[in-house]
Amino acid sequence: MEISEYYVLGFFLFLGAFIAAAAIIIGKLLGFASKDSKNKYAPYECGMETYGNARIQFKVGYYLFALLFLIFDIEALFLFPILAQFKTIMAGETLLVPIIVFIDLVIFVAILFFGLAYAWKKGILKWE
Amino acid sequence: MIDPVISHPLGDFIREIIPIPEISFLINALISIIAICAVAIGTAPILIYMERKICAHIQCRLGPMRLGFHGTLQTIADVMKLLFKEVYAPKGADKFLFYLAPMISLTAPFLALTMIPFDHNLQVANLSVGIPFIIAVNGFGILGILIGGWASNNKYSLLGSLRSGAQMISYEISFALVLLFVVMVSGSANLMDITQSQSGTILDWWIFKIPVLGFIAFIMFFISSTAELNRAPFDIAEAEQELTGGYHTEYNGTAFAMFYLAEYINLVTTSSLATTCFLGGFYPPLIGIESIDTLLLKVPGFIWFAGKVFFMISAYMVVRWTFVRPRVDQLMDFEWKFLLPANLLLLALGATYIAIIG
Repeated sequence: MEISEYYVLGFFLFLGAFIAAAAIIIGKLLGFASKDSKNKYAPYECGMETYGNARIQFKVGYYLFALLFLIFDIEALFLFPILAQFKTIMAGETLLVPIIVFIDLVIFVAILFFGLAYAWKKGILKWE
Repeated sequence: MIDPVISHPLGDFIREIIPIPEISFLINALISIIAICAVAIGTAPILIYMERKICAHIQCRLGPMRLGFHGTLQTIADVMKLLFKEVYAPKGADKFLFYLAPMISLTAPFLALTMIPFDHNLQVANLSVGIPFIIAVNGFGILGILIGGWASNNKYSLLGSLRSGAQMISYEISFALVLLFVVMVSGSANLMDITQSQSGTILDWWIFKIPVLGFIAFIMFFISSTAELNRAPFDIAEAEQELTGGYHTEYNGTAFAMFYLAEYINLVTTSSLATTCFLGGFYPPLIGIESIDTLLLKVPGFIWFAGKVFFMISAYMVVRWTFVRPRVDQLMDFEWKFLLPANLLLLALGATYIAIIG
């Protein structure tokens, strides 16, 4: 089995969770329980009696922003390999390859730019 | 073969005296975990004290003064207090998710800290996909906030967490795109390579190396990372006047402390990222005069790194206490209608710069 640095990241994936869990358990053990009363466990609502369900429905605007985010985040991921190699490609000896790559990049970014402009014109970016 | 976990000299030394690779790997991993914990948990009280003092002096107050010299022991007293507070979930809360949320939000900053090169040979994991990894891990932190807000069974929490989610995913895009700009100009996504591409004088740092564009990228990184960190002026997630505590309204005791800790470790991580990508990482600010440069090179790299990180942190703190908070719609408009188009433009201009000048 080859050991690589990704295994160390496996440790660290659980490190933060482990620290938080340990802290919460210590807090549970050490914390002095205050006197039980009727409203001790009631969710905070400016001192009034809690009214209705807290898990309310939300407007669809959040969902549209999440969709847009998805598009642009994937775009960033797609851009990443070409951008990491961009300098090497540009320093290449032939003239044709750098030009093709550069035009490709510009077209890719331009499509996204127009996509954003379209969403803007459709009024998705308006927050009410 | 085995990639170095902690590279030379410590890692090599352990590898020499312990012939079994699996065990030496485990020892190396253990040492790096302890080191990261020390960095992360050790700096948090210092940062909290620093923030209170900076905030106080900006507002013409003195800040904590009673405990210890100029209130230095105040944070330790606060930690003790939080330890002895009762931890409980409110009525109707989803208990499992309620306690899972602080765990998730603490995972992300620890994972990101492993990528940071603190010195020539002080880096836990030297991944070739460092920058995408950090972007991916950053998304994890949002999940903790969303889960925490939803599980609390509190309207303020839910509102705060959803607002915060919308804000963080929006600014995540420009955060990622600015980092991609750095990847493009340095030609690598490995954080060690990015640092090494800035060796030389102070003018070789990416903030200065590309005229104007580098500085604009740095400012954009600063803005989007402030929003990512949920710090004022972008702290609508926990705007006290509107939402009481935001997503951690219902948390108390150590569970609340974990959110707080995550926030400050995130501050360290983001400042380290800014240092690595724009401010030359662990390289000293050489100015080209030989007698001064030899003097500057005598100081070890991690001290330069820590100095730059603390400079960035104080910048974040001063910004936090000087600017006013925008409304939530202004905030979203700023990202989608100004920062994102400007970011795409910056990428295009950077590509043109590299294509022409190289």
